Amino acid sequence: MTSLAPPTKQVWWREHIEKGELIWITVVVVWGIIMTLMMPFWHVYGDQNLSGETYKTTPAAFLEKTQAVVDQWTVRTEGQFNKPVVKPPVGADIYLVGRLWDWWPSYELEAGQSYRMHIMSTDWQHGFSLQPANINLQVLPGYDAVITVTPNKAGEYAIVCNEYCGVGHHNMVGKIYVTEGRG
Amino acid sequence: MADKNEQIDESNMPAMQRVLDNPFILLFIGILIPTLAYIVWGIMELISIPIAD
Amino acid sequence: MSNGAMFRTCPDTGLKFHRPAESLMKANAVAAVVFLLVGGFFGLLVGLTRWPEVHLLEAESFYLVLTGHGINVLIFWIIFFEMAVLQFCSSTLLGCRLATPQLAWTAWGLMVAGALINNYAVLWLGNSSVMMTSYAPMPADPLFYLGLILFAVGALINCFIFLATLVIARSERTYQGSIPLVTFGALTAAIIAIFTIASGAIILIPTFLWSVGIVSNIDAGVYRLIWWAFGHSSQQINVSAHVAVWYAIAAIVFGAKPLSEKVSRVAFLMYIAVLQIASAHHLLVDPGLSSEWKIFNTSYAMYLAVMASMVHGLTVPGSIEAAQRARGLNSGLFEWLRKAPWGNPVFSGMFLSLVGFGVLGGITGVVMGAEQINLVMHNTLYVPGHFHGTVVVGTTLAFMALTYWLVPILFRRELILPKLASWQPYIFGLGMAGVALFLMGAGTLGVPRRHWDILFSGAADGGYEFSAAALTMMSLNGMSVVLACLGGALFILIVVGSLLFGRRLDEGAKVGREMIAATPADSAYKGIGVGAITIPGTLAMVFVFFAAFVLYYFINWKYLAETWGIS
Repeated sequence: MTSLAPPTKQVWWREHIEKGELIWITVVVVWGIIMTLMMPFWHVYGDQNLSGETYKTTPAAFLEKTQAVVDQWTVRTEGQFNKPVVKPPVGADIYLVGRLWDWWPSYELEAGQSYRMHIMSTDWQHGFSLQPANINLQVLPGYDAVITVTPNKAGEYAIVCNEYCGVGHHNMVGKIYVTEGRG
Repeated sequence: MADKNEQIDESNMPAMQRVLDNPFILLFIGILIPTLAYIVWGIMELISIPIAD
Repeated sequence: MSNGAMFRTCPDTGLKFHRPAESLMKANAVAAVVFLLVGGFFGLLVGLTRWPEVHLLEAESFYLVLTGHGINVLIFWIIFFEMAVLQFCSSTLLGCRLATPQLAWTAWGLMVAGALINNYAVLWLGNSSVMMTSYAPMPADPLFYLGLILFAVGALINCFIFLATLVIARSERTYQGSIPLVTFGALTAAIIAIFTIASGAIILIPTFLWSVGIVSNIDAGVYRLIWWAFGHSSQQINVSAHVAVWYAIAAIVFGAKPLSEKVSRVAFLMYIAVLQIASAHHLLVDPGLSSEWKIFNTSYAMYLAVMASMVHGLTVPGSIEAAQRARGLNSGLFEWLRKAPWGNPVFSGMFLSLVGFGVLGGITGVVMGAEQINLVMHNTLYVPGHFHGTVVVGTTLAFMALTYWLVPILFRRELILPKLASWQPYIFGLGMAGVALFLMGAGTLGVPRRHWDILFSGAADGGYEFSAAALTMMSLNGMSVVLACLGGALFILIVVGSLLFGRRLDEGAKVGREMIAATPADSAYKGIGVGAITIPGTLAMVFVFFAAFVLYYFINWKYLAETWGIS
């Protein structure tokens, strides 16, 4: 009988399985195991992993920390709204605010150096999308996510918002400059 | 149509076939696993996030 | 009512239709097609706006239409159709009365009301352009959530009616032994739907209360976690349902029987157990969740559900191959496939759905769902590219194929424009494959999803200049959208036209062509294939697929390795 009707045999569990099927089942099981192991493998040997380090906080507290970074290490301002460009020391904790409709402040980092970047939204959800590096993170209000970034190439990077956040969403762009490392 | 020559009483049925023939065991599996692995575990992680100093 | 009046035996297929169930199936299928028309039209507007040279809509209208597109096609069209599938697979395939038809009508009414209320909030009030995901704390109108809740309650009722019908069929002995494989696939869909809808209720009810001011705060992280148990699992209902439809069409067109009941049912069991946990695909770059949670859930606990899909990917065409070979098309690797009825839209739609789902939707979903690779894909156009491969080329095309069969069998109308119908799956499939491919191409180049203006003409301090290749992808996507919409419009034209103007088939009248193929005799299956392998052609195809999968999987790890260090 076809798949539209009950199985012909009352006990079908003991039916013999066709050889082609068995070959394929073996292949897919092995492949499933390989793909499962690939993720922990990358945690050990790969360079792109999220630590998951996160803190709960409030918009006010997060903005205060961001302001402290801006006050301390701003090297210049630019653009229509005099947005600060912050050049933090290597390894510093730096703060990036996503808000309607702006990434604040801008940063200048050194290639080959690591920074502990805290990212949070102070209002709705946003999407951190660093181009052209194409690193994409979900940014939530109330969740201070810590990502240690190590830029690998000098250049000018844009932070596009890739989570819809209202009518100004498509104009929400930030900047990260990466300068040549001191070697 | 079930094979008339092969009348098997329920107790002789292979255990796995009995599971697959019982929609309510399947429903239980289909609710329990995702609820525990995805929702409960996930919520526990979200509520145990430390508060920033 | 006497038995004879309660049931109608289909002269073409021998299937026993419970009349009240039959009316319900029609009502659900018609509602489905109406929402497909609405949502599909919005899809055209989205595609034309994303086409850089056309850029049709203004920003506000774009976000409004994008919200309406997502909800109408991803939720309303598909779930209405699935309700009809559940009723068909329980009542009709088991030859059993549907449990509580009145309640099923109430469910239908709730779903229609919910869908209309939700659309009213999005399209008319215009204050609910929050995308299908409605991520809190971005607010929508209370009616937006209320509509979704009513719709979900109706769908949930139908899932329980499905289970109740299985219980009745068993106790009234309308069938013997185990339920048919296709019904088993529908059961899988129903179980996943119950988890899905319950999750939706858990998160949408508090969100509704928040929108009217009773609840003070909805946590963004918790919202995402539970919403995705609804949003992603609802697409897993589709997977189970369209795999069931594949098996059904293989049986309808070829008289195919499962290669092995055991293998196919265990594959469905894997879906039941773990398909839903891949909701984690959406949370791989979210704060606060550990890598252990992410890896376990995103991998369906060791890719069990992917194994299951790959098994269905063998057993569905394999069952067709075996049936064709048993019918004498036994020479070489592919005679069975070459001589398949490519002009029959029931078959061609199903086969394109199978291949498209596997290649465009399946591989890319697994790649994107690898914890770290998601870093270079999350929220880019890769995501909608992927799910246009799964839900449109996969589910929608499979449902369209089945509809061509249902029009004469269920609605008792002859199909109009048969020539056009035989072209329709190719036009729609090709267009939608283009959409999936070009969106994924643009996504790989970083283009964001849900974004009105990737040229950033209004950004205060300049935006980002996407590569020329990315913009070309968006133009090609626009053209593919037009082609796909042409295919979609043909489908609506043929189906609605047939329901209104198709030759009416009287109760006892036959369609006049074979509507369900005879099953080849068991003895005909002896000695088919090449050597010890009965399905060599299918095996060859799945190995080509596998090679592409492995290659593409590792290319993406390589691509990931080239970006910034992140820890």
